[in-house]
Amino acid sequence: MPAVWTGGALPAVILVWDALTGALGANPVQRATLQSGLLTLALLLLSLACTPLRLLTGWTWPARIRRALGLLAFGYGTLHFLIYLYDHGFTLAVMQEDVLERPFVTAGFLALLLLLPLALTSTPASVRRLGFRTWTRLHRLAYASAALGALHYFWGVKQDRTAPLVWAAVLLGLLLLRWYRPSRPMS
Amino acid sequence: PVAQVRRPRPLGPYDTKEAVTPYRSVTTYNNFYEFGLDKGDPARNAGSLRTRPWTVTIDGEVKTPRTVDLDTLQSWFPLEDRVYRMRCVEGWSMVIPWMGFPLAALIRRADPTGAARYVKFTALHDPEQMPGQRRPVLDWPYVEGLRLDEALHPLAFMAVGIEGRVLPNQNGAPLRLVVPWKYGFKSIKSVVRITLTREMPRTTWALAAPSEYGFYANVNPQVPHPRWSQATERRIGEGGRRPTLLFNGYTQVADLYRGLDLRRNF
Repeated sequence: MPAVWTGGALPAVILVWDALTGALGANPVQRATLQSGLLTLALLLLSLACTPLRLLTGWTWPARIRRALGLLAFGYGTLHFLIYLYDHGFTLAVMQEDVLERPFVTAGFLALLLLLPLALTSTPASVRRLGFRTWTRLHRLAYASAALGALHYFWGVKQDRTAPLVWAAVLLGLLLLRWYRPSRPMS
Repeated sequence: PVAQVRRPRPLGPYDTKEAVTPYRSVTTYNNFYEFGLDKGDPARNAGSLRTRPWTVTIDGEVKTPRTVDLDTLQSWFPLEDRVYRMRCVEGWSMVIPWMGFPLAALIRRADPTGAARYVKFTALHDPEQMPGQRRPVLDWPYVEGLRLDEALHPLAFMAVGIEGRVLPNQNGAPLRLVVPWKYGFKSIKSVVRITLTREMPRTTWALAAPSEYGFYANVNPQVPHPRWSQATERRIGEGGRRPTLLFNGYTQVADLYRGLDLRRNF
């Protein structure tokens, strides 16, 4: 567990270090926006890979790091959003116009918004309070968030859509793995 | 070695007084898909471009079509310095001290026929030298165009250098267009052919994404890109954003567009 948190926080530390040393290039804000966005999507997909991995291998450790991965994804998503707000001088009118009028931004905004209730109910106490069934259903929103995140990335790319399509394919694969339940009786 | 002291030259009528963007940023942060999609790719990969010998073909609706060696072509015109703003459609901008000659001088020398109404520019197409062209990211070669009256405007410029130095490969060596009142993608790099035409040329980005990039591509804070507002821009090297100006602040071109709906003709 500490390894996941340390490993997960490392990219943020590197990002801050690069920002302070000028290693982010001529347009550091754009670079930081892109990197934090990619990290969000990567961690979200990793968190979604935990259950299929457990089902396929029978290992139990993926289930134990899932919460940390999900929270890290939320953390990087929030960072991505804060950098976007910083880029526009925290002018809420710009954000409102973007979210309401530009599907590219709407998708990203909704993706983060969907992660909020999941982050808030990530503790074992919340599972008990909501009941396992309700909690599980609520946390399926992670798939919707990842799909919106992948769409946001797809729409955000100017011409070469290879990378976003690869991410979307991975997400689709994870979804199919969930539907295709191997004959194991567990879960 | 004698220390070089750069004396500021007097500003010309077309120069901006704004602070020039650091040379390092101008030469390491580029959109030049012929050498890769990342902003750093052109600086990394453009070493494979051979800029001499280089010929430029001038053809189409001209009295005498011809292919001319670049050094000959350059010798026809006295070189000038122009400090221009450059606004990228992506929402960032720079101030770049170009060196080159007015496009109008080249067009006049080409001697267009009465039928010429547009100027089409074609960039080099050679996947050997331009590794980005090995993938069909855009419909190669890169093509851009101007209306003839736009091309004859004194601001339209052909650059062969930056800050008195020869143009770095990643910035479009050895010869590129600079149209400072239009988004950067109009300013085609590594030009090998200039064709005077009767019809409006089909330009690369307008073909690739017609809802996002038009033929005119005049800088206009009132006309948003489908994915972001164009009202502000980030000047490279500065904190915060500054308001984007109509025609990138070059209001002297407004007469070219009298009666044209700039929202429709974006």
